[in-house]
Amino acid sequence: MRKVLTTLAELVLVLLLVSFGVFLLVALIPGDPAVAILGDGFPPEAYAALRAELGLDRPLLVRYGDWLLGVLSGDLGSSIIPPQTDVLDRILAALPVSLQLAGMGLAMAIVLAVPLAMWSASKPGGVVDRIIGASMFGILSVPAFLIGLLLVLVFVNELGWFPRAQWVRIGADPIGNLHHAFLPALVIALSELALFTRILRNDLVTTLNEDFILAARAKGMHPVRILVGDALRPSSFSVVTLLGISVGRLVGSTVIVEYLFALPGMGTLVVNAANQGDFPMVQGAVLVVATIYVLVNAGIDLSYGYLDPRTRRAHAA
Amino acid sequence: MSRTSSPASRPERGTPLLAVRDLRTVFHTPRGAVRAVDGVDLDLAAGETLGIVGESGSGKSVLGRTVMGLVTSGPTTTITGSVTLDGSDVHALSSRARRQLWGPRIAMVFQDPMTSLNPVKHVGTHLTEPLRLHLGLGRRAAAERAVELLTQVGIPEPARRAGQYPHELSGGMRQRVVIAMALACDPDLLIADEPTTALDVTVQKQILDLLGDLTGRLGMAMVLISHDLGAIAGRTDRVGVMYGGRVVESTATTALFAAPRHPYAEALLASIPQLTDPPHTVLRAIEGSPPDLVAPPQGCRFRPRCPYADQQCHEEDPVLVDLGQPGVPHRAACHHPLPVPARVDA
Ligand SMILES: Nc1ncnc2c1ncn2[C@@H]1O[C@H](COP(=O)(O)OP(=O)(O)OP(=O)(O)O)[C@@H](O)[C@H]1O
Ligand code: SF4
Ligand SMILES: [Mg+2]
Repeated sequence: MRKVLTTLAELVLVLLLVSFGVFLLVALIPGDPAVAILGDGFPPEAYAALRAELGLDRPLLVRYGDWLLGVLSGDLGSSIIPPQTDVLDRILAALPVSLQLAGMGLAMAIVLAVPLAMWSASKPGGVVDRIIGASMFGILSVPAFLIGLLLVLVFVNELGWFPRAQWVRIGADPIGNLHHAFLPALVIALSELALFTRILRNDLVTTLNEDFILAARAKGMHPVRILVGDALRPSSFSVVTLLGISVGRLVGSTVIVEYLFALPGMGTLVVNAANQGDFPMVQGAVLVVATIYVLVNAGIDLSYGYLDPRTRRAHAA
Repeated sequence: MSRTSSPASRPERGTPLLAVRDLRTVFHTPRGAVRAVDGVDLDLAAGETLGIVGESGSGKSVLGRTVMGLVTSGPTTTITGSVTLDGSDVHALSSRARRQLWGPRIAMVFQDPMTSLNPVKHVGTHLTEPLRLHLGLGRRAAAERAVELLTQVGIPEPARRAGQYPHELSGGMRQRVVIAMALACDPDLLIADEPTTALDVTVQKQILDLLGDLTGRLGMAMVLISHDLGAIAGRTDRVGVMYGGRVVESTATTALFAAPRHPYAEALLASIPQLTDPPHTVLRAIEGSPPDLVAPPQGCRFRPRCPYADQQCHEEDPVLVDLGQPGVPHRAACHHPLPVPARVDA
């Protein structure tokens, strides 16, 4: 419980820092949003007026304070590009798509990686291990967009097994939604899969050399049961850590996949907004992504206590 | 799901239990073939205790694990010879049949209690797993039996300890848990591989006494592996001295202490710390280093370190021969066995 409370306190601090970082980063991006809006050949008065209207004439810290107060009351401002839509509304429309893609992709990756890694690790250097290792290396060395492109060509264009460019909300049509999300999620899954499998396989091999595995064997336990029941949990630190990092990374950076499959996710939102100099939109979106990242990793942090009871003591005193 | 194997009654005390014949374990490594066990014969009767003594790297652990069947032939390992336990050839069995031996027939206590328990499993789970697997006990019955086992190995507050994680226990307590784990299915033969090397000196004696006491009380046969002759003195019926993957002397423990016949055994005896030594005496280690198991010395393996070596030792590899009295076998592999002192105080 104590651990949860200190984690929460840390979390608030980190999020505050993150918000400042996000704000600063966007404010320091080269390019003047006013210029972007006005286009070429504008009169200087219009420029000054627009900067004042956007609040850009005030000091940075004041602007940050303003923005932060807004954020805390759930107001992320509105887009500076017409139609000046509400930033939060746009994010709330795009976020579920990204979360679903990342979630499905990672779930598929883990579901495949765990058995593959166990199969590999059960006989290091064996035929299976080498085949799986080589395949994973192969997947890693092909850029995700190529794999995606290939999948689109074959399964969408040629075979027509999957629909093209008609994203449907999961609430509206769950089957259609899953049908549509499967391929893009698979593209995400493949690259993560290779990484997860390698990391987990290596940690499993290390764990399987431990004395307690020999002791478990000496009790007459079945090798598969030892793999699942004794070796997996102590071997899963790195892969769980990696998983946390992946969630955060994927929510904001599935642009290529979103583009390939015409999905209205966060990646598309951020990239478009950045191109248009729509700084409130970029700030809001990046803040949301960063917050998710921080929250997920705090959760991962707490899970270490479950994965290894020895780390619990450090916080109990 | 759970096989219900009636805890088969123990073979009658004194009937042959384990027979090891010309056992060889060779690891194929980039350096060459490591002959970790190189032609070992052992016999053990039900209820008997055998000590295996030798310095680090002499192949004791590999011998123990090969006897148990934990080390098997494979791409990098070749095993020849035979291990017969209770009439069945351990290395000829299917892996499934072999797993059924582990626990109810033969069990092992490992060297380092700090690493032989799974850090993420409760102490109790380590004990209930084999009970449920081999004896088919239900959850409740297994949990109760686990507490009994912990009591049996002298763990205070066993019920509370069962719910703790290994790291919450001291080294000595953990080794008691490992022993309880090995005893869980009441094996006929217990192999204890240096069960005290990793422990404090004060705890060592307690653990050794516990092992001796339990195996004696339960009528269990035991192979007690140690690098320290002192540890097996008074706790084993017979002893085998290992050097470079071989048994170089084997006899009754009392006979070895009374009169070692192999120069290596003599040197080992001389290196036992004496109670009369002043504190912090530096151990009298045997000079020289153990033989390279990839390319052992020509002739007698102990020759480079032996004070009695001569030309014959250089040319001929000595074999184990019985030098004992009728009825009291005393085997040694040496061209110039040490003489038996005139007055043997046995
Ligand atoms: N899997 C393996 N592959 C290659 N060599 C091995 C393997 N296992 C053991 N050996 C070698 O076999 C020899 C005997 O090792 P073993 O562990 O049996 O010695 P030991 O007598 O138990 O020593 P200690 O007292 O240090 O435990 C050593 O030289 C060791 O390096
Ligand atoms: S055979 Fe020779 S070298 Fe070997 S132990 Fe005996 S005396 Fe020493
Ligand atoms: Mg050893």
